[in-house]
Amino acid sequence: MKSWIAFWNILKKDIKNYYLKPPNISWGIIFPLSWTLMQLIRSPGRNILELLPGLISMSVLFGTTSMLAVTITFERSGRSFDRLLLAPISLNVMVLAKIAGTILFGIFNAFVPVIFASFFIDLSAIDWGLLLLAVLMIAITSSLTGLLIAVSAKQVFEAQTFSNFFRFPMLFLCGLFIPISSLPLFLRPVSFCLPLTYGTDILRGTIVGANILSPLLSSGMLLIFAVVLFFICRHNINEKWIL
Amino acid sequence: MGMVNVSNLKKTYGNFTAVNDISFEIDKGEIFGFLGPNGAGKTSTLNMIIGLSRPTAEEITVDGIDVKSQTKKAQAIMGIVPDESNLYNEMDGFDNLCFCAALYGMRKEEREPKARQLLEQFRLKDAGKRPFKAYSKGMRRKLTIAAALIHSPQVLFLDEPTTGIDVESSRQIRDMVLELKKKGTTIFLTTHYIEEAERICDRIAFIAEGQIVASGTVPQLMESISHDHAIQFVTDKNFESLPVELEALFKGNEVTIRPDHSLVMASEQRIPLFPVMEFFHNKEVEVYEARELRPSLEDVFVKLTGIESSVLKKDKEKGGH
Ligand SMILES: Nc1ncnc2c1ncn2[C@@H]1O[C@H](COP(=O)(O)OP(=O)(O)O)[C@@H](O)[C@H]1O
Ligand SMILES: [Mg+2]
Repeated sequence: MKSWIAFWNILKKDIKNYYLKPPNISWGIIFPLSWTLMQLIRSPGRNILELLPGLISMSVLFGTTSMLAVTITFERSGRSFDRLLLAPISLNVMVLAKIAGTILFGIFNAFVPVIFASFFIDLSAIDWGLLLLAVLMIAITSSLTGLLIAVSAKQVFEAQTFSNFFRFPMLFLCGLFIPISSLPLFLRPVSFCLPLTYGTDILRGTIVGANILSPLLSSGMLLIFAVVLFFICRHNINEKWIL
Repeated sequence: MGMVNVSNLKKTYGNFTAVNDISFEIDKGEIFGFLGPNGAGKTSTLNMIIGLSRPTAEEITVDGIDVKSQTKKAQAIMGIVPDESNLYNEMDGFDNLCFCAALYGMRKEEREPKARQLLEQFRLKDAGKRPFKAYSKGMRRKLTIAAALIHSPQVLFLDEPTTGIDVESSRQIRDMVLELKKKGTTIFLTTHYIEEAERICDRIAFIAEGQIVASGTVPQLMESISHDHAIQFVTDKNFESLPVELEALFKGNEVTIRPDHSLVMASEQRIPLFPVMEFFHNKEVEVYEARELRPSLEDVFVKLTGIESSVLKKDKEKGGH
């Protein structure tokens, strides 16, 4: 019960102080929108439906990783983060509470291109349950990646650099816009080491039926990534922040 | 067994030893102070006790709870005020207090009245709806202390609570610390202000270069250095010849006349008063006051640590800006 009160209030505070701040909300809307528009302008002949999985993945990825990395590094530099380390709550609860806000923010981001697309095309064929699952799993793994970046960064600026260092290669390696089958052979194994590849593949399956792996396998892989990342984060926080 | 027990605490950063084998015990309801200059190892010691930094120690317990193995359980009864006021800038005073209460699992019905009460107690009621970033240094420190008290901790840790803040806030903080002691809270504080330690601590440990050089109550610390016995006489008149005559009469005494015209007799032995008074009486000198001059805690600190008290003074000036 006590942990739950702490969890809920950390989440509430982050949502109020960070995610619901006008610049972040507008960023969360404008960013996915402009990517959608850019893709449409660049390749007008392409079907919006085909672009949708990539746009959703990207929106989640960009909405989560840097967000968590930056807010945590910010709290660390102002030392308010020490309050969480000194509170009588387990590291698990703390990590879960910190990523919960980002996950919700990522899900919000994901639906911007979906809603946008719904004005132009018929989305009734989509398996929404599976789509939500994929979005959720992408949000979880990306948030944890953001947390991992936060543990390694010392300044807000460093956190931003690190997150870009992770994100941009991912755009090209996860089959977002370039199908994995058209990647050079030596890069393909790298693709399969990235959680986003699996998330995008599920989305492709449910939106255009063009998945290369079974959704069950992809979900399983995402779950494994999430669990492993969670424990690495926990371990690193313990090692690096309790000096 | 004390409320806080620490034995053989050590901390090294690389090959630099910041805390070198420190042991102490704080009784329940006691105010225990660490007095030492910047870099002495005060914060390093405190951070290990509160579980913010990994200790090397034989034992650290708080209310019998082993901090090393049951960190979270121990933290639940600790109130912690770090050397930097570290609340959330974007949030107002009231929300900050409520958030901190929630971290300790307090329900809304408990935390809101408690937050209001603390704002009132710290005279921050009007500031309760202002964001933390708009607070002055003194207000920031007071709210940080209020946040540490929100869950009514049994032990309060204060790291340099009055460094760098205004006189009035410092006074309020000291009064509040004494008030808490009355209610039975155990308090550990660090400071580099001699007068602060002397005024509010039940016991003081002098810390220098990662070690406790001496510890005890103020009288115990005073006793620990051998000093001359000196008596100051306030008289209605004095003559240049008095010191010479007194020194001749009372062997082993050194007699001087101070700028305020009082007369000071110093000796390695205690000075019996009656013969001296008799001497004055014969000389028709009226004595209004005779008092023993004791060394100040500052003198004791300098003697025991070998640190010039100006080092502490300099810190103080720096902290004041
Ligand atoms: N994280 C750290 N890494 C390296 N040295 C440190 C670290 N923290 C403190 N020190 C050093 O340890 C010594 C004691 O520091 P500290 O405990 O902060 O002293 P105080 O609080 O008494 O001013 C100082 O010389 C300081 O430079
Ligand atoms: Mg310090």
